[in-house]
Amino acid sequence: MTWKQVFTSSVGKKLVMGFTGIFLILFLIVHAGLNACIWAGDNGEMFTKGAHFMGSNWVPRILEVGLFAGLLLHIIQGLMLEFSNRSKRSVGYAVSYGNEGSKWYSRSMGLLGTLILLFLILHLYHFWLPNRASQGFLLGEEINLFEKMKLEFSELWVVIVYVLGCLSLGYHLAHGFQSAFRTLGIHNKRYNTLLTSVGYAFSIIITLLFAMMPVSFYMGWV
Amino acid sequence: MEHYNMNLNLKVWRQKNCKSKGEFKLYRVENISSEMSFLEMFDVLNEQLIRDGDDPITFDHDCREGICGACSMYINGKPHGPWQANTTCQLHMRAFNDGDTIVVEPWRADAFPVIKDLMVDRSAFDRIIQAGGYISVNTGNAVDGNAIPIPKDDADASFAAAMCIGCGACVAACKNSSAMLFLSAKVSHLALLPQGAPERKSRVMNMVAQMDKEGFGSCTNTGACEATCPKEISITNIARLNKEYLGAGFTSDK
Ligand code: SF4
Ligand code: FES
Repeated sequence: MTWKQVFTSSVGKKLVMGFTGIFLILFLIVHAGLNACIWAGDNGEMFTKGAHFMGSNWVPRILEVGLFAGLLLHIIQGLMLEFSNRSKRSVGYAVSYGNEGSKWYSRSMGLLGTLILLFLILHLYHFWLPNRASQGFLLGEEINLFEKMKLEFSELWVVIVYVLGCLSLGYHLAHGFQSAFRTLGIHNKRYNTLLTSVGYAFSIIITLLFAMMPVSFYMGWV
Repeated sequence: MEHYNMNLNLKVWRQKNCKSKGEFKLYRVENISSEMSFLEMFDVLNEQLIRDGDDPITFDHDCREGICGACSMYINGKPHGPWQANTTCQLHMRAFNDGDTIVVEPWRADAFPVIKDLMVDRSAFDRIIQAGGYISVNTGNAVDGNAIPIPKDDADASFAAAMCIGCGACVAACKNSSAMLFLSAKVSHLALLPQGAPERKSRVMNMVAQMDKEGFGSCTNTGACEATCPKEISITNIARLNKEYLGAGFTSDK
């Protein structure tokens, strides 16, 4: 069994989705934690310090390359799996099994992922791209991200799109979190219950945290 | 429960062979007893069709007592019909009411091509088993069954996995037409026992490879398989399969 065979079988592809998924979950924790500094009540001072570290230190900047690699792998592999799985039943059912046997969001990971991707493109365009462009994509002068957030989130439609994006992320995580760990082989009963509750708790907390950011700016809470 | 008779409308998938297109046909059956099994109701319908000079409906069945895994009808949107942990042959007509319309379809998956009407070709499962669902046993006298000590919990878990009757309802229920629940049951029941140890790594690798070759989709852990399985095979077996695969994939020398 070559490495290639290990990672390209149906189970191997799942492993890739699971590994990258958990990697992205870790990123979400860092991202949410850092951004929560906007609520420090210091007009973005603490947040700017954190953002400056992430943008100007070469360690997070190298990790950023890994992040994009993981993200791309997750997206491309996910889309390919979605299309391949859809092709396995050329004649569909007249009556579908529906929500009786599984949760709608567990069956809609491809759709939810695509929505997140669309949101992500807008999100990168709002913040990451202008910031890195101003840095010349190296370690140059950054833009004031706090002010940029203020500016973008003064627009109602942006806030709405962001909240919807977070909601998609939340449902994606509600299935993805536990599924990723199952894929890595966690099957013990003791962990299973823990996994399910931690998974749901994580999805809800992450969704609320991120969704509250644009809302807070729009409402003038920060 | 009180016995009653009912008249039913059936919408059944008819298909001449794997090449032809197939379509739904409407049938009416009358005076069906609530004590009949679903397959007996089909027997009544087929007698009727034969009397009328029509082609009877082909469907798989064998033991009719829920243990062989031959019966396979997708009834009103659920493999094996509305009851939980139940096979089509053990579904009784008391699950339905007078005047109901019941839609009956074959298992739908490209890996299970329709042979005729409601009968599909599930030999892909046999080939998956052949790829690794066995253990090696020395010839000679049979060994005392209790010679190897096995923890009770392992024996129970193994036995629960061995309950799988290979019916294919998991594939039929899965949006990806994935055979993972079946495969995980077959890998688990051997992996949990010392007797399965010699082929442990090659088994999971070869069986997964065969499953992919047969054209099943890949698992996304939705849980529809577990919800429909007549033998209540637990989805935790899939996680165990993943662990077996991970272990074999990273440590096997071949
Ligand atoms: S796992 Fe359950 S549904 Fe799948 S083949 Fe075995 S008994 Fe049938
Ligand atoms: S006919 Fe044997 S299980 Fe239904």
